[in-house]
Amino acid sequence: MNDLSWIDQALSAARPQVVGALMRYFRDLDTAEEAFQEACLRALKNWPQKGPPRDPAAWLIFVGRNAGVDDIRKRSRQQALPDEETLSDLDDTEPSMAERLDNADYRDDVLRLLFICCHPDLPATQQIAMALRIVSGLTVPEIARAFLVSEAAMEQRITRAKRKVAAAGVEFETPSAVDRVERIATVTAMVYLLFNEGYSASGGEAHIREPLCDEAIRLGYLLLRMYPGEPELMGLVALMLFQHARVPARLDAEGEIVLLDEQDRSLWRGTLMAEAAALIEKAARHNRPGTYQLQAAISYEHAKARQAADTDWRAIDQYYQMLETLQPSPVITLNRAVAVSKHAGAADALQLIEPLSGALEGYFHFHGVRGALLLDLGRSREARAAFEKAISCASTTAEASHIRRHLDRLQKGAEGMPA
Amino acid sequence: MLYALLCYNNEAAVCGLSKEDDEAMMSRVRAAEEKIVAKSKFGPRLRLMPTTAATFVKAGQDPLVIDGPFAETKEQLLGFWIVDCASLEDAIEAGKHLAREREFGGVEVRPISAYIPPAEAT
Repeated sequence: MNDLSWIDQALSAARPQVVGALMRYFRDLDTAEEAFQEACLRALKNWPQKGPPRDPAAWLIFVGRNAGVDDIRKRSRQQALPDEETLSDLDDTEPSMAERLDNADYRDDVLRLLFICCHPDLPATQQIAMALRIVSGLTVPEIARAFLVSEAAMEQRITRAKRKVAAAGVEFETPSAVDRVERIATVTAMVYLLFNEGYSASGGEAHIREPLCDEAIRLGYLLLRMYPGEPELMGLVALMLFQHARVPARLDAEGEIVLLDEQDRSLWRGTLMAEAAALIEKAARHNRPGTYQLQAAISYEHAKARQAADTDWRAIDQYYQMLETLQPSPVITLNRAVAVSKHAGAADALQLIEPLSGALEGYFHFHGVRGALLLDLGRSREARAAFEKAISCASTTAEASHIRRHLDRLQKGAEGMPA
Repeated sequence: MLYALLCYNNEAAVCGLSKEDDEAMMSRVRAAEEKIVAKSKFGPRLRLMPTTAATFVKAGQDPLVIDGPFAETKEQLLGFWIVDCASLEDAIEAGKHLAREREFGGVEVRPISAYIPPAEAT
């Protein structure tokens, strides 16, 4: 850590709150971002000499607000005057350092900032890019690298997304309780999407994309600090921590994905798992299960098992059943079937997934699981057909080669059998 | 005389550290501890999980349990207990026993993420 890295850390930790508050004052995202930049420059000049302020966010909001007002005044001399209302609004805001920000205001500011990134007209990847730029404060080159696109392309994407958001208009009224719950759910989904962007990477990309996971976890903490009593937010952070804890065991030397059952569990990061467990335990006290909590609970079951054979599949089956009720989906049923096969046997599992053949016709994992179950039941001819189907649905070479191993084993088995 | 050295910092900034930066910070802490050991003896040392993992048990006969840390600035930290519990429920129950014995403030239940007992030398 160099001498001034503590300032960088303090600035980026304060960023969501400060930009959120400045956006409320100026009613404009670009002005808010510029004012924040100016405040950061002054912090870099001031803090090393005078030491950091007790409340960096309040300091930055105060300085940013003044800088923004100055800027508007300067521009107004060169250009047309802003309308009377804007100016008087700015003068009315009493800038007192002693004034502590109201916690509810601060929460709505940050939530608004996150929420505008999730505009329904924006495709998911643009929502994520916006959040990384505006809320996390990553630079365009950093975001471009993580998305494996050129800087120019990313710059254009973000500019376009910002324009769309500005054109749609931002709601500055304090949200109603119902709106707030909806906003939290939307933002939560975006954060998990961001996490998966980083988590699903494999091969040479994995290392480049891991910062996306860090950023998603950081945003998860931000939300949880604002809404410490929301069990689904506890579930979301727990789920991300569990998955992140498994990262060191997730890829082999060639960068191929290692399945959960085959991972070296001694590589799992214990500290992260312990914290995830604490959060999921805390969430469970609320008795308000949700999809993130249930997925985290499933991860918790895996975390508790020292080796794959110790896994409590019955418990996992139950969590999947609850997930099916909350969010019926053939993919969840397929996952449940895997748990069922482990504690009740392949026959029961196969019965569970046969009705899904229509819905999951083109789904790689469906045919892979089905083939494995058939193989278990000694129906090797049908198993072979299922595996071949799986290979034809595979979207990566890793998926295909995984199935091919099954086929090879089948082949060997057949050769070894007496004629 | 026994002293408790309590660590205060901006959690949002510290929690946001990358794995590498966190390790760098901890190695600086370890280096400082080595200087302390030259003259003094350590009791237990520990790192707490972030306040997002905390639960608060409010003082009173029927203690209220709230999610989140104890963030009021009107009260000061006066002491703490370390308990080994099988579950969060047990830890909260322990907190309730203590909370019933007071009228103000309360007891924050915060999981510990790393614990070095006094017996182990640096």
